[in-house]
Amino acid sequence: MRKVSRLSRFNIASLAIGLAFLYLPILILVIYSFNASRLVTVWGGWSLRWYYEFFGDRAMIEASWMSLRVAVASATIATLIGTLAAVALSRGERFRGRTLFSGMLYAPLVMPEVITGLSLLLLFVALNAERGFWTVTIAHTTLTMCFVAVVVQSRLGSLDRSLEEAAMDLGCAPVRAFLSVTLPLIAPAIVAGWMLAFTLSLDDLVIASFTTGPGSATLPIRIYSEVRLGVKPEINAICTLVIALIAVVIVIASLASKLSSSQGESAAPL
Amino acid sequence: MSARRIFARPARFAAIAPYVWMVLFFLVPFGFVLKISLSQTAIAQPPYEPVFDLTAGWTAIRAAFAALGIDNFKLIASDDLYVFAYLRSLTVAVTATALLLLIGYPIAYGMARLPKRWQAVAMVLVIVPFWTSFLIRIYAWINILQHDGLLNQILLALHLVREPVVWLSTDTAMYIGIVYSYLPFMILPLYATLAKMEPALEEAAGDLGAPPWQVFWLVTFPLSLPGVGAGVLLCFIPIVGEFVIPDLLAGSNSLMIGQTLWLEFFTNKDWPVASSAAIVLLVVLLLPLLLYERLQRRQLEQR
Repeated sequence: MRKVSRLSRFNIASLAIGLAFLYLPILILVIYSFNASRLVTVWGGWSLRWYYEFFGDRAMIEASWMSLRVAVASATIATLIGTLAAVALSRGERFRGRTLFSGMLYAPLVMPEVITGLSLLLLFVALNAERGFWTVTIAHTTLTMCFVAVVVQSRLGSLDRSLEEAAMDLGCAPVRAFLSVTLPLIAPAIVAGWMLAFTLSLDDLVIASFTTGPGSATLPIRIYSEVRLGVKPEINAICTLVIALIAVVIVIASLASKLSSSQGESAAPL
Repeated sequence: MSARRIFARPARFAAIAPYVWMVLFFLVPFGFVLKISLSQTAIAQPPYEPVFDLTAGWTAIRAAFAALGIDNFKLIASDDLYVFAYLRSLTVAVTATALLLLIGYPIAYGMARLPKRWQAVAMVLVIVPFWTSFLIRIYAWINILQHDGLLNQILLALHLVREPVVWLSTDTAMYIGIVYSYLPFMILPLYATLAKMEPALEEAAGDLGAPPWQVFWLVTFPLSLPGVGAGVLLCFIPIVGEFVIPDLLAGSNSLMIGQTLWLEFFTNKDWPVASSAAIVLLVVLLLPLLLYERLQRRQLEQR
């Protein structure tokens, strides 16, 4: 029987159009960021003018710095706690309140951000906490640790358990078996989880708007208030810089997951 | 004793820190939302009363409880603004999810039929935009859709339209933005089920004489239903509460519930009404949320 090609012309067309749809707008934004003209849509030749403008804009620089600090801090805490949660879910068998536990971990993944943001703000107000760096960091940690938990858990689930069991049969204490056998095997997923948490935190507008205080705006909050007033070429430059930063993060994360897939099945679901 | 069981005990201890964290910063805050949704608006800081003060003694707390009421919910149910906002949120979410399914399915299907090597590349290509900032992607569309933006320039140059078309502040722009932002969420679960499907099933149906559309409709699509369910929930739930996309791309004459909540909170400073709106939103989403949680848990535990 003739081997029929599984890939039809329709398949190729839908893939090509789909990917073009996903990438063209971002590409156009990057190109316009180098536009010399003040009018965003009139091409006036290549220029770095808007990048200079950004680096001279104190408020924007301060907001960027705030965002970066929050992203690093919250991603780090989220990775620690999220990994623990993943271990508990995939190795802990049954424990009291497990259903509630997994429910609390999966719900924030899809919970509308306005609800998460509002509820955390009301908590901070009730606790009389001063709103700023730490409140935003806590809020972002709460959201991103769930993503970390899912990524790490799926890696733990695909792991061959006999390795851990062998280590323990040979007399390793459970904690030691985890640290010396399991942890190195899931390390790439943990790295990928950190990266995901970092970019999610850098990206968030809604939750940060609710939980931050006066005078400590994050970069998305600043961008949002500028965009509401109209399109400014400087925003194109800032967005391009953020995209560049995230691209670096993605390259590192994909190297990590390549490392992970060379050791076994591919892990990251996201 | 099996090694698996020895491991279980320390693993359970690992749950303590994340458990405490999530109870404190996820569950408890909902208690506050519920409580404040039952409070009265007040011109004060914080702008609601009664404020519980545990030091004020038992009678004061009892009085505070007595002051709670469901007035805010009555207000929401009787105010057209809110009723319309909820209806609009649901309509937008249903329409957008249907569009996403229609657009995402062919792409996921194409991915699943690529040679194995290329599948991995395609998956990375679909995931990467998910990593780039949400706000930036919406902003990219404002660039394109504005009055003298690229889209109008192209349409004018091709003589398809005589005058620039108004794209921004329309529902069309909002749907473009939503589809653009949520497409990876729809494609990935669809692709995951389609890629796992046994190609022999489709081939067998074809060999038995079914035309391609029948193969698709009677074999492929029913088998991909778990992926469809996951993709639909993953998109529908957050879209109902979406704020940024309708705020930046849609017109301001009809609001979604996420926007009214934001407005009540930041502009009107009416925290109790905003909290009540959040509670109602949560109730609307409870069923899809529970479905989603079950799906997610089953999927991860099956591995």
